[in-house]
Amino acid sequence: MKLSSLKKYRVVISLLFFVSITLLFVDIKEYIPADVYPVVLYLQFIPSLIKSLDTFSLVSTGFIVVLLFTLLFGRVYCSFFCPLGVLQDMIIYFSKKFKRRKRYEFKKPHNIIRYSILGVTALSLIGGSITAVLLLDPYSTFGRIITNFLRPVIIGINNLTHWILASFNSYAVYPFEFKGISIAVFIFSFAVLILILWMSVKRGRLYCNTVCPVGAFLGLISKVSFFKIRIENSTCKNCGVCEFVCKAECIDSESKKIDMSRCVNCYNCFTACSTNAIVYKANLSSKKSLQEKAEINLNKRDFLKKTFVYFVGWNGIAFAQKQILVYKESKIPENRKFAVSPPGSKGLEHFNDRCTACGLCVSVCPTGVIQPSFLEYGIWGMFQPRMDFKKSYCNFACIQCTEICPTGAILPVKVEEKKLIQLGVAKFIKENCIVETQGTECGACSEHCPTKAVHMIPYKKLLLPEVREEYCIGCGACEKACPTTPYKAIYVEGNYTHKRAKRNEELQQQRRVDYKEDFPF
Amino acid sequence: MERRDFFKKSMAAGFVTALGSFKDVFGLNIPAQSQAYDLVAVKGGEPDDMFDKGIASLGGMKNFVKKNQKVVVKPNIGWDVTPEKAANTNPKLVARIIKHCFDAGAKEVLVFDNTCDNWIKCYQNSGIEKAVKDAKGKIVPGNSESYYQNVDVKKGKRLTKAKVHELILDCDVFINVPILKNHGSVKLTIAMKNLMGIVWDRGYWHRNDLHQCIADFATYERQPDLNIVDAYNVMMQNGPRGVSINDVTKMKSLLIAKDMVAIDAAATKIFGMEPEDVKYIKVADEMKVGTMNLQKLNINRITV
Repeated sequence: MKLSSLKKYRVVISLLFFVSITLLFVDIKEYIPADVYPVVLYLQFIPSLIKSLDTFSLVSTGFIVVLLFTLLFGRVYCSFFCPLGVLQDMIIYFSKKFKRRKRYEFKKPHNIIRYSILGVTALSLIGGSITAVLLLDPYSTFGRIITNFLRPVIIGINNLTHWILASFNSYAVYPFEFKGISIAVFIFSFAVLILILWMSVKRGRLYCNTVCPVGAFLGLISKVSFFKIRIENSTCKNCGVCEFVCKAECIDSESKKIDMSRCVNCYNCFTACSTNAIVYKANLSSKKSLQEKAEINLNKRDFLKKTFVYFVGWNGIAFAQKQILVYKESKIPENRKFAVSPPGSKGLEHFNDRCTACGLCVSVCPTGVIQPSFLEYGIWGMFQPRMDFKKSYCNFACIQCTEICPTGAILPVKVEEKKLIQLGVAKFIKENCIVETQGTECGACSEHCPTKAVHMIPYKKLLLPEVREEYCIGCGACEKACPTTPYKAIYVEGNYTHKRAKRNEELQQQRRVDYKEDFPF
Repeated sequence: MERRDFFKKSMAAGFVTALGSFKDVFGLNIPAQSQAYDLVAVKGGEPDDMFDKGIASLGGMKNFVKKNQKVVVKPNIGWDVTPEKAANTNPKLVARIIKHCFDAGAKEVLVFDNTCDNWIKCYQNSGIEKAVKDAKGKIVPGNSESYYQNVDVKKGKRLTKAKVHELILDCDVFINVPILKNHGSVKLTIAMKNLMGIVWDRGYWHRNDLHQCIADFATYERQPDLNIVDAYNVMMQNGPRGVSINDVTKMKSLLIAKDMVAIDAAATKIFGMEPEDVKYIKVADEMKVGTMNLQKLNINRITV
């Protein structure tokens, strides 16, 4: 294979990943089967890493593959598999269409920033806080950008098409019920998007080499990768083209050095070099110059010092926050202490520690009950999805979210098992109930209850809901159905740890039917 | 809504007018001569066979559906459960009704419900979507408020306004196909209660005396042209959604009538209760929507 054609392969493969990952987030018609999700997301570094911390299985080995690639060739992930990286490449590509051909030039790395961010992220993850990873993981960031900016557009187009067709009496396109977006996630994603736009238009892959912790981490490994990109003195004509095309600004054409820790393996330099002076060289000797060694030591020391400070501070606050969890102000009379996490997530502890808030479960949930949180899980679980029973409720026989989570925050469960997972327990506020306030029948909550944990008992010649907690699975159907305003008369209090509900096995009300018998009228 | 009206009016004004006059000529309110029975009760057979026999004794579907008419069949598809749980109308019955409509010359037969559970899952798992498609009918979503248009319920006491699915306002023939079930709060759900699936804001009904609202909406001028009650598998407890197959008793019965109050009363008896015990039936009877006095009716009883 000619090195100069590597770029072509890179473009094709990266677009393949980019498009397929994007489709997962905008598949509003549920065309993509659940078993495709883990295949497409197999190589996503952070999700796979987090998943492997619990369940080390074939599905969670993706990050090892990425590490092996990196050890061999450098940061292949950043240009081939990372959707956020490819998004930046696309921004760079299109921005060039609008202005004079951009020339990059070698710049010094922002080591303090990038290794501080990496250190904070890594150590806080080890210390049990996922917040930094959640905010910075490039795949999850990409997921949030798509769910907040592209998905609404796709839904809009679908519904507009439906609307136009419907006025001609065609029901070929079904409308999709848009549950709105979460403002906090929207604002955050918008800010990140603007930052990425600005950085990539101005300085190529600056974000990947300054902000992204995955980039910084893989960069460290790239320093010792087996194959390294080098400029061969013998054939190089000192034209400097390689430096001009380097999005990572890591080629110093004057001193003929390439900073592999920042190289994103886009291979543009291979294609640009007219004399094929840029080559992949096997790194057989591990000798380092004294100067290089000194640099590394300095970096290491700096890195450790800085991250220690951050680590202590960060986890100290995180610990304090965890005690409070999801307390809401008393303005909301439902007064939910714990938010409800999706089925398969085992409970808040498991879920909050593993979810990177990519929003994929939000996208696949057919009822739209899974919505990004704001402060319901506390500030350190910001954006992690929760069950929003004001918007919808969890479909009894549905396990779609459990099948697709790339980080293992939501684990797979079987349908029969899921039907007994108790996410929370319904709490009845009699003072709010129609039967009490209006003195008329209602029972909407009991109607919707799939286990009849909420059943109706005689009360002042009417029927009043009663919750049998042992049967309740916390699906939220009662809360969604409850017609009282502005506050509900029944709501689901989250279980900190998901429990197992009792199966409701009421016996049949015996009634024999003799078809020969006369009609009762 | 306005835009849609504009489209409709401008694009198909002539067509609509033609349909309107057509409706007058073959009007549904003109009693067909062979429709001597007020109510037909069938038992002992399969849902589709019982319907064949029942509708035949009313002179066939041609007494209700004329050539080139647009028919809406409204089953209960409220819940994401499988057919044997009997929370939704039997798909075999729905398919057979559609077939009779086409045999009578219907131009199109549309089926929808404003479901309680996620509508896509309900349509799929109830078996009704497949049954409708196999019978060449059209299954239409009811999940978007944009389908629903404001109407006045002139005789309503608590419910004076409602948002009704445009197909109901648009069609020539409206066939209501509820399933008889136990219901947690109003005790039974049959024909009148099934009409909650053609309106949008059900929360209002629950907030404003559910029984009265059910009876109120039964007075709305666009009443079903035919009601067919599926009582083949009947959910005796834990309704209207049901918990398990234990809730269901096989009753192998079917009722057909124009009068919603009468058919609800008859179904109540089949269930083993008295019509007076179900408040909305009593209220609807008092409001003269129909009669719950089965003695007054000419009933055809068929045992298969």
